[in-house]
Amino acid sequence: MNNLLNHAPILIVAIPLLAAFLIPIVGKVNKKAEGITTTFALGISLALTIILAIKILSVGPQVYVFGAKSPSLTLPSGLKFPIRIMFEVDAMGIFMGLITAIVSFLGAIYSLTFMGKYDGLDKYYSLLLLLTVGMFGMEFTGDIFNFFVFLEIASIASVALISFRGTDLGEPAEAGFKYMVVSSISALMVLFAVGIFYGQYDLLNFAAIASVIKYSQLDKIALGLLVPVLAMKAGAVPMHMWTPDAYSEAPAPITMILVAASQASLYALFRVTFSLYNISLSTLTVGWVIIIFGLLSMFIGVTMAIIQKDIKRLMAYHAISQTGYMLLGVGVGLAVLANPAALQKYGITAMEGGIFHIMNHAMYKGLLFLTAGALFYRTGTRDLNKMGGLAHSMKYTTIFFIIGAAAIAGLPPFNGFASKLLIYESVYRFNPLLSIIAMVVSILTLASFVKVFHSAFLGPKLPQFKEAKEVPRSMIFAMAALSCIIIFFGLFPNLIVKNLVHPAVMSLIEQFKYTGTVLGGM
Amino acid sequence: MKQMSKIVRTITNLVYGFIIIFGFYVIVHGHLTPGGGFQGGAIVASAFALLLVSYGSLITKKFLKKDFLSIMESSGLTMFIVLAFLGLGITFFYNFLANIGGWFGNTPVIGPNPGDINTGGVIPLMNIAVGLEVLSALGVIVLLMASGAEFTKKKENS
Repeated sequence: MNNLLNHAPILIVAIPLLAAFLIPIVGKVNKKAEGITTTFALGISLALTIILAIKILSVGPQVYVFGAKSPSLTLPSGLKFPIRIMFEVDAMGIFMGLITAIVSFLGAIYSLTFMGKYDGLDKYYSLLLLLTVGMFGMEFTGDIFNFFVFLEIASIASVALISFRGTDLGEPAEAGFKYMVVSSISALMVLFAVGIFYGQYDLLNFAAIASVIKYSQLDKIALGLLVPVLAMKAGAVPMHMWTPDAYSEAPAPITMILVAASQASLYALFRVTFSLYNISLSTLTVGWVIIIFGLLSMFIGVTMAIIQKDIKRLMAYHAISQTGYMLLGVGVGLAVLANPAALQKYGITAMEGGIFHIMNHAMYKGLLFLTAGALFYRTGTRDLNKMGGLAHSMKYTTIFFIIGAAAIAGLPPFNGFASKLLIYESVYRFNPLLSIIAMVVSILTLASFVKVFHSAFLGPKLPQFKEAKEVPRSMIFAMAALSCIIIFFGLFPNLIVKNLVHPAVMSLIEQFKYTGTVLGGM
Repeated sequence: MKQMSKIVRTITNLVYGFIIIFGFYVIVHGHLTPGGGFQGGAIVASAFALLLVSYGSLITKKFLKKDFLSIMESSGLTMFIVLAFLGLGITFFYNFLANIGGWFGNTPVIGPNPGDINTGGVIPLMNIAVGLEVLSALGVIVLLMASGAEFTKKKENS
């Protein structure tokens, strides 16, 4: 048992990978077994992630070295720097891993009936598993080149999944192509930055680079390459053009997982700025750059969302806007990183708000996309003007939508309120104007979701949707699970912040812990 | 796609086997010489492309079945990850066959030597798995491209 626990970081990634390769063979034998195998593999992954999270939060960061004599042997035979590829999972990594595990598991369950009418489901499930593997890898890896590989795996899988509904429809193909261009550019830029680090320090390990980084001219170029492309993959505003297309054209469960995939890029952005550079970079400048990305995303995202008529496109713009909150919270933390007094006073709280918002956003935005998928499943349209009166026939979906909408608008007692309050309070002490903008954006979000609720669910029963009834059980289960998490986080935010979010924030801030896990007492 | 001239077809007949053998040579000697699973697999797939170009897609589809290649692809990938899983007693990807004698288990000689194929542990096996995957995946891609080209040509003609 203990031996299995030592291998948990790799098993979380390797079991979905094995399942992804087995699914085409399983599909040849039994078509029904494809979805069940996927759910089973992701279920094991989820269980292992929870076990690993408990271990990391009680013991400390875990390393896993591939192919070594023992999983924790980072420096074999007296070497000064690590040569093998390794996973390094700290509190922040496992925090993101939990999001990925929950979202992908529920996405697979939702797909069981939602994707029932499509062909080629063996490819769908294989790609879903590969996307999950890519996300887990990006969050767990301790090697910057390995990070690039997992980024590519996630990107290629998501491109195929976005355009899964068929190339003959045109729009899914266009969205997939757009995402392909964006992700190839970002992957190339990441590779270029990796090359810069390797040329300068002869190292590829995050921790080893972090221990020797000097913030030379070349390091500045690498940072200048990494920050915009990772923000682009996360969907921050000047580079957000792919988000509405990709999110609205992908099947609903995939959209939910894509939200988590873009958050994996966001995680990488924080990992690079905090764990790799930390205070060696001019924190105030870079912090403000991230804050400005955040402000633009918040404001432009929400104003674009208000005018949308397509329900998933509207939600996609809201996803951009909510990404802004995370960038704002963590950006404020980065801006005061070199100033211990301010960091203690409000910096850590701002980062807790930003990081907590990542998880909250994955849950409620996932729930909202799933309800949009449920509406699409029953009505066959995403146009809000054509829907109406669906609350009569789809009672559960209506309740889930209300929960999701209240959470995204930041109403108590849902989880969005908890993280937004942390952000407002702490950012106000940094710069009151930022906090006021954040509140205005939150009000606009509420306005826009009231509009959606009114046009999709309220009103008399429409004749064309007389046949519409509640969605099948597996879809309801996925939505109900997310709703339970949202309400739980909303009712006990203190519990989550203290036990899960605070360690994650501290593991970002305390760079020496991250490097020390790999390099020992260096 | 139509057949090409008799000259091209005869040359294809002559070199087809050699290309495939060379591809497998590169795969199997991946741990000793430049190349490896991916490169060798690509060479084998280039033989498939040559067959397709010279004989046309109708005849080629009798020799190369897409379904069969798909199964080969999945089994190659599964073989690779299973080899990685087998090392799990120590660590994932642990080279449990190296330096213990038996299959690919000889200790490599240090210094200039002609090279011993019976070394490397799981690395040659993984090269074979990757080679199997790449040759069948690229084969499927080439076949799909051919049917795509046919599809567009039919559309243009109609």
